[in-house]
Amino acid sequence: MSRPPSPRPAAASLGGGAIRCRGLVKRYGEVVAVAGLDLDIAPGECFGLLGPNGAGKTTTIEILEGLLEPDAGEVEILGRRWATDRASLRQRLGIHLQESQFDDRLSVRETLDLFRSFYPAGQPVDDVLALLGLEGKASSWVSRLSGGQRQRMAIGCALVGKPDVLFLDEPTTGLDPQARRQVWEIVDAFRGRGGTVLLTTHYMDEAEVLSDRVAIVDSGRIIACGPPRELVSSLGAGHVIGFALDPAAASEPPDFGSRLEALPGARSARREAGEWSLTAASLHVAMPALLRLAADDGWSLSSLRTRTATLEDVFVTLTGRHLRDG
Amino acid sequence: MADPRRSRHPVVELTLARFRILVREPEALFWAFVFPILMTVALGIAFRSAPAGVVPVAVVQGARAAHVVAALRHAPSVEVFTIEPAEVHATLRDGLAHLVVEPGTPPAYRYDPTRPENRLARLTVDGALQRAAGRSDLWAARDEPVVVPGGRYVDWLVPGLLGMNIMSTGMWGVGFSVVMQRSRKLLKRLVATPMLRSHYLIALVAARLAFLVLEVGVLVVFARYVFGVPLVGSLGALATVSVVGAMAFGGISLLTASRARTAEGVSGIMNVVQVPMWVCSGVFFASSNFPDAVQPIIQALPLTALIDALRGVMLNGDSLVALRGEIGLLGGWTVASFAVALRIFAWR
Repeated sequence: MSRPPSPRPAAASLGGGAIRCRGLVKRYGEVVAVAGLDLDIAPGECFGLLGPNGAGKTTTIEILEGLLEPDAGEVEILGRRWATDRASLRQRLGIHLQESQFDDRLSVRETLDLFRSFYPAGQPVDDVLALLGLEGKASSWVSRLSGGQRQRMAIGCALVGKPDVLFLDEPTTGLDPQARRQVWEIVDAFRGRGGTVLLTTHYMDEAEVLSDRVAIVDSGRIIACGPPRELVSSLGAGHVIGFALDPAAASEPPDFGSRLEALPGARSARREAGEWSLTAASLHVAMPALLRLAADDGWSLSSLRTRTATLEDVFVTLTGRHLRDG
Repeated sequence: MADPRRSRHPVVELTLARFRILVREPEALFWAFVFPILMTVALGIAFRSAPAGVVPVAVVQGARAAHVVAALRHAPSVEVFTIEPAEVHATLRDGLAHLVVEPGTPPAYRYDPTRPENRLARLTVDGALQRAAGRSDLWAARDEPVVVPGGRYVDWLVPGLLGMNIMSTGMWGVGFSVVMQRSRKLLKRLVATPMLRSHYLIALVAARLAFLVLEVGVLVVFARYVFGVPLVGSLGALATVSVVGAMAFGGISLLTASRARTAEGVSGIMNVVQVPMWVCSGVFFASSNFPDAVQPIIQALPLTALIDALRGVMLNGDSLVALRGEIGLLGGWTVASFAVALRIFAWR
């Protein structure tokens, strides 16, 4: 007996996983915001899209959220597609948008009650208030909240529906360090229940702290993807030596950069705003070599410090630009 | 206390949220409640019926002035005073006198014949002076004063203000707040939930109607107990006309708000929509004052229909059947505006 050919192979499932997409493209006129992007995010994973402003992070996340229609590519969330399962998908996703401002003249509880009412199977508003640490502010108007409290409430509105997947677009932009940590704790608590998270951020520390894996996005493409530690170690250099020459002591030779890179244990050197950054695999080899070079050539250092390499260094190495440059 | 795990129906929550925002906005409360009452008080006092027509008359000083003043002093309801010849124009312009008499044989009257009160002054003064000069009346008619209920300006004004209020609260309460939600990306946030769009729209209408009960109730009760403005027709007819009017302006408001992205943008559109109706639809003076050529347009405006219907109910006691033309017109505006608005409404 012969089996009939499997119907419409093009529409075949992209497989398991919480969030999957293939070949996403989105153009705004001449500008290509997303230029062929693939993602595979597993259930229970926290995945970060890291990139400068304008890299296409928000466009990507809004396509995945079903708020924007891609020009090309396929999206599957929890094994379903927006075209066919919109209503049931909406029930299972919690979405936090970057720029939404809530009504100033509603209280925190009234706002959460409103969002809770859209979900047949959500969680009690009191539980969410406790999770957000906003019990004491439940009856305050939104206009009376601090920036951090507003942001937590906004994330709470995404959590009242008891979602399986949480989308966070720039959840801590503009917040002070303490408020940022409070947001991170809420995300951790959600993950503790087995939730999947996709977040966008242009803060490399946020991506490192929260994410199991990070995709570095630039100009609508993923230029690197993996666990934050692996991305950093893929530089082949876990450390950065920063120093500046004292201009009074000696002038800088023209081939200075390549001489630095030739030092034992050193990887790459770049100069920026008068300061040199030298990446190094092992500090105890590169540092003495650098100091010996200084002594031999007779230049003196006006500053010298070392730090551990970060995702920022990965981005700089790959693009030659900083995350905050946009 | 209800079970905290249970949540209210989304339409109830959306309506409550909208109603709360509206009543927590001091400006909205001022325009919806205080402003029409202030207008009623100010215009009701300014245009109150004058106590049986006192006619101020000025006499230019000169040879026979004393004679004329004496003659007019005996005339009923005339208040006479003398002025210098140089003051004639200022006296008339400022309305200090409705007529200026220049004594002589015969006397000359200076007045503006386009003003009814000036023409009245001429009749009164001429009669008094002719009578003083020796004319005798053929008879003295019997006067039977009748006060027609609802005949004062304030009676006529209150339904006009009510109609204007239903229009402007509808425009700002529905359309403006929708555009604010759109520009603050809250509409987009709501679309990202499982909320049904029909629930959002039903809540818009429900909150509007809840607010309508308050705004119509407050003005009608105030006008009735402070100024004695009558409600000749039935409460049911008043409620029906108000609801149909509110729906028409809710639809028009949604239409103006269906695409606008900024508060400034929608404010401009709303003023363009509302100002012609403030002027033409008979809020403060009868729309029949406009030339016949534009009457078909004025009569097709929803505010004209709403105010005509409100005056019909409050002053004339018209039934809904008698007002079917106005109600039909408002219904047409409702259906047409909602149909177009829903077709082009931008949810993001």
